[in-house]
Amino acid sequence: MKLPVSWLKDYVNINISVEELARLLTLAGLEVEEIHYVGWAMPDYAAGEKHEFKTYGLSWDPDKLVVAEIREVKPHPDADRLVLCDLFDGKDEHLALTGAPNLLHLKGTGKLEQPLKVAYAKEGAEIYDGHKEGQVLTKLKRAKIRGIESYSMVCSEKELGISDEHEGIIFLDDDAPVGTSLADYMGDAVFSIDILPNNARNVNVLGIAREVAALTNQPLKRIDKKPYESSGEAIAEKVKVNITNPELNARFVFGLIRDVEIGPSPYLVQRRLRLAGIRPISNLVDATNYAMFEVGEPLHAFDYDVLAERAKGKPVVITTRTADAGEKLVTLDEIERELQESNVLVCDEQSALALAGVMGGLESEITDKTKNVLLEGAAWNFINIRRTANHHNLPSEASYRFSRGVHPALAEDGVKRGLYWMQKWANGKVAPDLVDNYPLPPADPVVTVTEADVKRLLGVEISAEEIAGLLTKLEFSTQVEGTSVTAATPPIRMDIGEGIVGVADVIEEIARMYGYDNIPETRIGDPLPPQVGNPVHDWEEKLRDQLATLGLQEAITYRLTSPETQERIGMHGEFVKIANPSTPSKGVLRRSLMASVLEVVEKNARLRDSLAFFEIGPVFVPNKGDLPDEPRKLAIAMTGRRQPPAWDVSDAPVMDFYDMKGVADAFLAGLGLKNIVYTPADSSLMPGAAFHPGKSAQVSVDGIVVGAFGELHPSAAEKYEFADTPVLAAEFDLSTLRGVQPAYEITPVPAFPPMLEDIALIVDEALPAAKVEHLIRQTGGKMLAEARLFDVYRGEQLGEGKKSLAYALTYQAPDRTLTDKEAAKIRKKIVKRLEYEVGAELRG
Amino acid sequence: MLEKLNEIQAAALDALESVKDSEALQGWKVKHTGGNSALTEVFKGIGKVAKEDRGKVGKRANEVKVALEAALTERAALIKEAELARSLEEDHLDVTLPGRPFRHGGVHPATQTLRRILGILADMGFQVYTSREVESDEYNFQHLNFPLGHPAREMQDSFYVESEGERDNPLLMRTHTSPGQIRAMREAAVGNPDNPPPIRISLPGMCYRYEQITSRSEIQFNQVEGLAVGENITFSDLKGTLSDFARRMFGAHARTRFRAQHFPFTEPSAEMDVECFLCGGEGCSVCKKSGWLEILGCGMVHPNVLQAGGYDPRRYTGFAFGMGPERQAMLRHNIKDIRYFWGNDSRFLEQF
Repeated sequence: MKLPVSWLKDYVNINISVEELARLLTLAGLEVEEIHYVGWAMPDYAAGEKHEFKTYGLSWDPDKLVVAEIREVKPHPDADRLVLCDLFDGKDEHLALTGAPNLLHLKGTGKLEQPLKVAYAKEGAEIYDGHKEGQVLTKLKRAKIRGIESYSMVCSEKELGISDEHEGIIFLDDDAPVGTSLADYMGDAVFSIDILPNNARNVNVLGIAREVAALTNQPLKRIDKKPYESSGEAIAEKVKVNITNPELNARFVFGLIRDVEIGPSPYLVQRRLRLAGIRPISNLVDATNYAMFEVGEPLHAFDYDVLAERAKGKPVVITTRTADAGEKLVTLDEIERELQESNVLVCDEQSALALAGVMGGLESEITDKTKNVLLEGAAWNFINIRRTANHHNLPSEASYRFSRGVHPALAEDGVKRGLYWMQKWANGKVAPDLVDNYPLPPADPVVTVTEADVKRLLGVEISAEEIAGLLTKLEFSTQVEGTSVTAATPPIRMDIGEGIVGVADVIEEIARMYGYDNIPETRIGDPLPPQVGNPVHDWEEKLRDQLATLGLQEAITYRLTSPETQERIGMHGEFVKIANPSTPSKGVLRRSLMASVLEVVEKNARLRDSLAFFEIGPVFVPNKGDLPDEPRKLAIAMTGRRQPPAWDVSDAPVMDFYDMKGVADAFLAGLGLKNIVYTPADSSLMPGAAFHPGKSAQVSVDGIVVGAFGELHPSAAEKYEFADTPVLAAEFDLSTLRGVQPAYEITPVPAFPPMLEDIALIVDEALPAAKVEHLIRQTGGKMLAEARLFDVYRGEQLGEGKKSLAYALTYQAPDRTLTDKEAAKIRKKIVKRLEYEVGAELRG
Repeated sequence: MLEKLNEIQAAALDALESVKDSEALQGWKVKHTGGNSALTEVFKGIGKVAKEDRGKVGKRANEVKVALEAALTERAALIKEAELARSLEEDHLDVTLPGRPFRHGGVHPATQTLRRILGILADMGFQVYTSREVESDEYNFQHLNFPLGHPAREMQDSFYVESEGERDNPLLMRTHTSPGQIRAMREAAVGNPDNPPPIRISLPGMCYRYEQITSRSEIQFNQVEGLAVGENITFSDLKGTLSDFARRMFGAHARTRFRAQHFPFTEPSAEMDVECFLCGGEGCSVCKKSGWLEILGCGMVHPNVLQAGGYDPRRYTGFAFGMGPERQAMLRHNIKDIRYFWGNDSRFLEQF
């Protein structure tokens, strides 16, 4: 909401600076997002004044920008489109040159009968350049224009920073005092205030003035309850109202004003509306908006004569009801709208007239010819209005307020205020009385709060008297009895609940008025709950560290994706679907984390020669319409050089299956897992056709399959834009992995020197290395501490279909140094076993 | 003979003077102390020396031998030193050539920030509680005091999930980690419904809102909430706890302020600002000239929320707060575009 501070001053004295006022409101929950200065002096930042708000705008020099009057408009001797104004600024007479089109018609008409009041800028005044796009500051300098010396000017709204309007100069109201500085006469500062949902009562000047009065201990200047004299036939004879559903329409008020003279509203009113973000239209329309801004009640003006004619001489009978199936209404934006059956309508006996609380209908709208106005103020159900406004995509000042909840009491205040301004600006005659149908007055909650309640929730002791005082400032009616305060909610707000909820609501108001700043800071005195930690979370964090230590970068991707991107690795089947996706590319929840991490590799493929990413997070598995399962996964993807290239190393080897296996070995060991077994991947357990069938493995720990990895299947890889190095990927199921018990015991470091020996064995090509290693270890028994494969060799002298596996063996006894003889014995046993079991041959 | 020994010594020492490197030194050693050296010849011929002179000559020959060996050792040390000096002088690298790079491994910046936050909260007794990301309307909204049609729901536009469930309890991507508050309270209360234990938890995790993805808004973001429930938890405790948190997170001198705010699940509600740590409160582009940074929303747990969690609001009170780790990382590192986080560009990730 945009709020001109000058308007606030109509209702409360402000004896603090604009910024201090903004700060008070901000702390009290009416956050001022920015301050737009329109004339008033801005804080002097250069002089080191601290400011707490985003601030912009223009200050008007009080000596150089003043109210002046034009006494005569003379032609320019050499230019048709320019005129010269005889002008008086309260002290001196000047000749000001202007090309304002709205003065041209006065050219050469002699001395004006009624001088024109204008905004006059003297030599040296700083204003915006009216001829340049946007707001460009300029300083008025003396210059000759077409032979006439010019040093000053009369201003448009654009030049003063009030609006973008530059079609003509401003005509001030006739009562504007000549010689007064413009800043004093019509300067302002406009707050942009973020109105919170529970602050619906404050989307208006009076509401915020009430807060300011409470926060600064100033009295609130109330609106006169009987502001005008009425005359003529009472409205009750002319108009009747039926409410069919009070739940949707708790109150409906009509006022009638006759013989209005339509025209522009006073300049100061137009200026305020503009600053508040509303386009001035005519005195009648402006009156409804102005009153709405003041009181908070959106008003709707009907052309009474249109309704009377439709009623054919009988009294106008207005009914509020929900729309019938298929019913239509042409709203005042000239769009025919198909109505929903939940939409509430204001109707006469013929048809619908307006979409209640949202937008009027075209036919009964006031026009330039309107003579008599029927002014509506009503109370609508905020949820219903919200839905209607959303459905028809009709955000408006009215629906904005009604959809947040406007207290029905304001309907009457609003109508009276609207009639008051119509009478004042359009010389209308207000008909006696109002039509007021009020079937469902809200029960304004009465809440009892004790000193103990306040202490319990806020942690501060505030006496019952002080509590009552704070609430009274916000117009609660309070009664103190001992240590308890009974507070009746004022009939302006709908955010206070009943019972214990009401107590919390009222305590918030007490806290706001007491000042959040004044509540002390304490440490929790309540007992600490049992500290159970979160082992699952900690374990995942450890896993992240393990992987990062191995040179892998963590990625975090969108959980929302498309089936197409998931299907690239052959992930078919059901997905959890988003009912209202923002884009088709984010229409489902991922089922494969590996697919997401592969996308990260794809994205970075051209950026780095060596890529290794991992992600830890959930995938989503549909569960027959119930909440989906969210198993957590680890996925890894790597490609490119084993090491990034250096200036003397340009051809580091490219990563392959065994690099991925090395990562798996290392992080599983890092988690303290033993008995890790790799077997060729069982394609039935794989996610689709993700992996190369010959270059992939599944990983089991203690016989439980925990994941799989391998080189990406060529037909899957083809669907990505990878660089041309093999892409390795892995996916592990974290709850399975976590379920495997890690080994906590470590092997003691031996005290005696080990005995080292290498052996090379020639075996069949098809024999898995793991089998050989298994036999070596099994046969070597306790004395064989380590068997490490250090070379795989194939060559002619070995023969077709053969390979040589070379192992570095470490013999070690815990209690002595082994002799050569002992070692030879073990070695002999190993070779013999391998010869026998797998036909191995010791390589000479 | 003694004279000859003197000559041998003098000649050898003289020759040693001109020895400048290890190789020449070796040559000198062979020539003057080796098997064919004049000195060795003297030793070999000692039997032929007159018996009465033999003692003197032998003694003198030994003296010469010792003298030459000492001179050799001394010379060797000098040469070694000189050679080392020379080699150090000659053997130098261009230290400005780049080092050999490692492949960069690391933890995502969002995770790093989460860890910082959770670590501080853990020190203060708040234990990590995680819960599901797809939720029901009931848990995400209704139990948190957002009734159907509540205007505050518009502040949290949701992604709904297709399901066959009830129409008034649709499934959706959680818009905040607050459903975990209800789950945690219910879990704690289930064992002892008449006397549920106090709660102090942190709730990290990914949340989702229906937004346009721009440099400033994301559809997916992490959140960390905190919840403390007990029989004596007050708003002043909330202020104290969060100010302590801010000092740990943003520096010992971080100043905080609490503004009134509105959240459906807390009453009273507040927003905590921290004095801008980039400009020291002077006003800069990051704090939008205000000198303050919005860091977290907080408040006293709404009675309806306590009730939904199985805690009697007449007996228990609590406070809750919530913050965005990505936003904090953006402030800390002056990151101008939130899309970097899930963009996973190496050039971004490598900087953390």
